Amino acid sequence: MKLTVSALRATLAPGMTLLPRLASAIALAGALLGAALAPPPAAAQEPLRITVTDGVIEPLPIAIPTFQAETAGAEQLAQQISRVIADNLVRTGLFREVPSSAFISPVTSFTAPIAYADWRAINVQGLITGAVSVSGDQLVVKFRLYDIFTGAELGEGLQFAGTTAGWRRMAHKVSDAVYSRITGEGGYFDSRVVFVSESGPKDNRLKRLAIMDYDGANIQFLTDSGSIVLAPRFSPTGDRVLYTSFESGFPRINLLNVATVGRQQIQTAPGEMAFSPRFSRDGQRVIYSVSSGGSTNLYMTDLASGSHTRLTSTPSIDTSPSFSPDGSQIVFESDRSGSQQLYIMSAGGGEGRRISFGEGRYGSPVWSPRGDLIAFTKQHAGRFHIGVMRTDGSEERLLTASFLDESPTWSPNGRVIMFTRETQGEQGGPSIFSVDISGRTLRQVPTGGFASDPSWGPLQP
Amino acid sequence: MNRTLTAAILIGTLALSACTRPDRFGGSDPNAMPGAGMAGVGNAADPRSPAYFSQVVGDRVLFTVDQSVLTAEAQQTLNGQAQWLMSNPEFLAVIEGHADERGTREYNVALGARRANAVREYLISRGVPSTRLRTISYGRERPAATCSNESCWSQNRRAVTVISIGAGS
Repeated sequence: MKLTVSALRATLAPGMTLLPRLASAIALAGALLGAALAPPPAAAQEPLRITVTDGVIEPLPIAIPTFQAETAGAEQLAQQISRVIADNLVRTGLFREVPSSAFISPVTSFTAPIAYADWRAINVQGLITGAVSVSGDQLVVKFRLYDIFTGAELGEGLQFAGTTAGWRRMAHKVSDAVYSRITGEGGYFDSRVVFVSESGPKDNRLKRLAIMDYDGANIQFLTDSGSIVLAPRFSPTGDRVLYTSFESGFPRINLLNVATVGRQQIQTAPGEMAFSPRFSRDGQRVIYSVSSGGSTNLYMTDLASGSHTRLTSTPSIDTSPSFSPDGSQIVFESDRSGSQQLYIMSAGGGEGRRISFGEGRYGSPVWSPRGDLIAFTKQHAGRFHIGVMRTDGSEERLLTASFLDESPTWSPNGRVIMFTRETQGEQGGPSIFSVDISGRTLRQVPTGGFASDPSWGPLQP
Repeated sequence: MNRTLTAAILIGTLALSACTRPDRFGGSDPNAMPGAGMAGVGNAADPRSPAYFSQVVGDRVLFTVDQSVLTAEAQQTLNGQAQWLMSNPEFLAVIEGHADERGTREYNVALGARRANAVREYLISRGVPSTRLRTISYGRERPAATCSNESCWSQNRRAVTVISIGAGS
């Protein structure tokens, strides 16, 4: 889907010149640079900003009056788009939506001056206004973000143009822009997730590869349920998916083209079983596990040439690899010490350096796209946790706990983690949850049925 | 004699359909059961039948948590399996390794592979030609019992020897 974005000319608030606003924007940028040291914005009388890593105990109050329908027949889309934006922002746990019933001055036009005092009076800190126009199947969405405390627009207004079929993506684009301006982080709403959709009884589960928007909308199946599929992984650009398939009767690695849904088995290094595939950061190579003679080692295959490189050579189980963002290192799990632990080695293979030393077992490590953290599954005392640690193993923090939490995957901005949570018992089954890296905001992603093994794709262009 | 021939043809047909759809557990057949294979084929009273193998000899061995070590009991079962396979050379076997649900998914695939391999190596050590044995791991994807406590988990930490018909027989 083609989607274009352009800046809107700033509307000047009454009695304001451009200069003070520019100054406040620069001050804000400075504040964001020092974000790690900034206290969370609990008080109402502070500039509009949030430090994501702090976690937020008191969400920031925002108002999102239903976007103006600027053409006849655009009312419904205007309503839906406003709703998706509000849902996106509230779901982060960083924002609270002030209901329209509390509004003093209704917004009647996208270009009308903002009555800051009226918004201040109801304690709103961020105001998002917007307009929607439809012409045939063409859709244009405009928005502006206002910092009520400073009484100024935060950043320039933006305009997105595309087709009506892509209205949700435009709502996500607006949400990403708002989130970015307030937090100083990249967004993650306009992204997709590939996962395994599950149905049927626990001892004969049917599994299909499926894809959805990050919020669970637009679910589409990529494979039928004819054979077991496990642990899909998006390519760095989101155009292809690697996964383990039992289609041949044995675990093998398949490569699927998302647009055509065409799939092929990858020729892997010799061995009885191949699984746990991951893309390199350039999307040209695949690292994976091969089980042979009871041991499981890591290999790399170049997709273009088909040549294989052996990365580990141990009698243990080495699996669930993940590249560092710069591609120079690989984190993986191994039981070479006697139990599952996390190791980092160079991308060329060789001896690993153990990084997990806490109590329990550590598995399915995934390197954050920012490079700073590694997410993992931890098993300890009969419970499963999703946690994060620094790449040297320090500052381990557990974000979740349940009967069975596993297989974390990072949001494109490295601030949120999706994972599988499985409930126990005969009728139990998996669902997909998300948690922010402060561990404070836990949400279930609606998938309309059992779902597992999410892989979060990149922000869409 | 005639009955044996009918049974052999039946076995051949089943094996063929298993070849065209090797992932016999993933299909829409509601009766498909993990580890079933040809276990129900033939009469358990006939010592040469796969039914005898699964029901009388015993088609599976169990493991302790996160282990692939064969217990004395498991070795005894495998001695019987080896003997049966040696006296029925027309059959092949696929050894399926499984894990309980108390582990991460990909690790469990590797753990199942390790368990299947332990059985394979033991059978080879008892004289079964390696060319007749293949291994596969289902990880924790195909539990034999579905409750979430040790009574089920202990049944799911298993390796099942599934008999199939050999080429050219």
